[in-house]
Amino acid sequence: MDISTQKTGADGAPPPHDGVPPTTSANGPQKRAARGTTRPGDRIFLALSRGSGILLLVIMAAIAVFLAYRAYLAISKDEANFLTTFEWNTGLVPPKFGIAVLAFGTVVSSIIAMAIAVPIAVAIALFITHYAPRRLSGPIAYVVDLLAAVPSIVYGLWGALVLVPHMDGLFGWLNDYFGWTGIFSWDEGAPRSMLTVGILLAIMILPIITNVSREVFRQVPQMHEEAALALGATRWEVIRMAVIPFGRSGVISASMLGLGRALGETMAVATVLSPDFDIHASLLNPGGGTFAQNIASKFNEATEYGRDALIASGLVLFVITLLVNGAARMIIARRKEYSGANA
Amino acid sequence: MSKRIDVSGLTAYYGTHKAIEDISMTVEPRTVTAFIGPSGCGKSTFLRTLNRMHEVTSGGRVEGKVLLDDEDLYGAGVDPVAVRREIGMVFQRPNPFPTMSIFDNVAAGLRLNGNYKKSQLSDIVEKSLKGANLWNEVKDRLNKPGSGLSGGQQQRLCIARAIAVEPKVLLMDEPCSALDPISTLAIEDLIGELKERFTIVIVTHNMQQAARVSDRTAFFNLAAVGQPGKLIEIDDTERIFSNPSVQATEDYISGRFG
Repeated sequence: MDISTQKTGADGAPPPHDGVPPTTSANGPQKRAARGTTRPGDRIFLALSRGSGILLLVIMAAIAVFLAYRAYLAISKDEANFLTTFEWNTGLVPPKFGIAVLAFGTVVSSIIAMAIAVPIAVAIALFITHYAPRRLSGPIAYVVDLLAAVPSIVYGLWGALVLVPHMDGLFGWLNDYFGWTGIFSWDEGAPRSMLTVGILLAIMILPIITNVSREVFRQVPQMHEEAALALGATRWEVIRMAVIPFGRSGVISASMLGLGRALGETMAVATVLSPDFDIHASLLNPGGGTFAQNIASKFNEATEYGRDALIASGLVLFVITLLVNGAARMIIARRKEYSGANA
Repeated sequence: MSKRIDVSGLTAYYGTHKAIEDISMTVEPRTVTAFIGPSGCGKSTFLRTLNRMHEVTSGGRVEGKVLLDDEDLYGAGVDPVAVRREIGMVFQRPNPFPTMSIFDNVAAGLRLNGNYKKSQLSDIVEKSLKGANLWNEVKDRLNKPGSGLSGGQQQRLCIARAIAVEPKVLLMDEPCSALDPISTLAIEDLIGELKERFTIVIVTHNMQQAARVSDRTAFFNLAAVGQPGKLIEIDDTERIFSNPSVQATEDYISGRFG
């Protein structure tokens, strides 16, 4: 009943069902209110969704403040340059630590992972959507989904127990033919190196990139593919002219999701890598480290101050992730008027 | 260099469903032939068998012969890709590549077919856009996306893209059904000009359009839903619309069904 009075007040007109028996008069104004937000269901939903939005912002702000404050505590006492130092000694008096090695290792291992995973993922997605017969594409997509469901510690164990012992052949070959570049030289140590980590990360981020790309490629309108076919394009030329350009921004987004996972991956890297605090020119020799791996391996034994220092390094990882996402958005936005969304 | 199309005993299937049955007709070079008939009568399917686009649909297959001059398009060892390079197609909904500029859209077919120098490409693109009566509207924004044009302009862009590769035949599948009357008129005028250079086959739902643009008209019909479509008759457009030889044609064009 209270709805009907409110409605009347808002309209400044008498309710339309004046004098009608109460059962119908309760229905009338409720129907009329559908266009506004005065219906209780609408109000509750609005409050819920608005509340969740605000809550999210509050949580984000709280995390940012917490990280920034703890990081400030750590960095303000750091005797060495936080960005360029090749060591991590939070126990010294005065403490000396820097994130140079971690930033390098995180970025390098992720670049290796992307370089391997993106082309393979795009190829699998194209195969599933445009080449495989229907009875084959379903099972393949399912297997790729399964890959995504494997926990990262299992990947880590597999990497340490299976991948690492089998890298010798590849490493030897790379050393023989490309060792002269320095990047691929190998001193025949255990292959618990950046390249192995990169390969493992590539396998881990493959499913997410494949799945998102697959959905994008599936959405290419039939009429664009027919346009290419009618011009006398072969199957591959159709993909090159119509499918890949249409899906480009989606593939970039997919890659960014994968990159986000590679940058932040912890257990798998910590299990496979044999870390040290130095930057090595060779990707094949063990050593180096990543932000997440360093935090995971040091956090338990760290003092209060050591934890603050690790939080500071986590903040840098956060900033790197933000920068990467921003760059991806810029790439997508720059090609916006050519995107399929305008079709 | 337009060519004659000679179809004999053509039947097309979607899986086990027979869509059109036993169609034979001849299309002379430098003429416009219109296909009319009720929905589902198989005229679009038949059009798509003429450049082997029908078999792209899953389960699509064809029996019979389609001769382009003397070459059987369905002969053994004939590459469908090569067929489509000779027989261009314009679709119902304008479908310029959304990711390409106006220039690249027109050049798309050329880039598939071979190596052209940049100057050659620009010449052909200009010629094709002029041929599609679009040049004056787009010459200052050739590197803007084609999807920014109006629907009628997009359709003329698609025609420019199709004629840029100098096909022998141009197939049009209801090219004006998504367009407003003014744009439709522009396309119809264009068809009149294009028939000097190409053999044109057009599917249309609009009988006035068939009467306006075509030299010959083919009427397709189906006995009942689920039955295959058949060619009822093909004759000079004037005759079809004044004195057709089959009663069903008369009934259709006078609006008694369809």
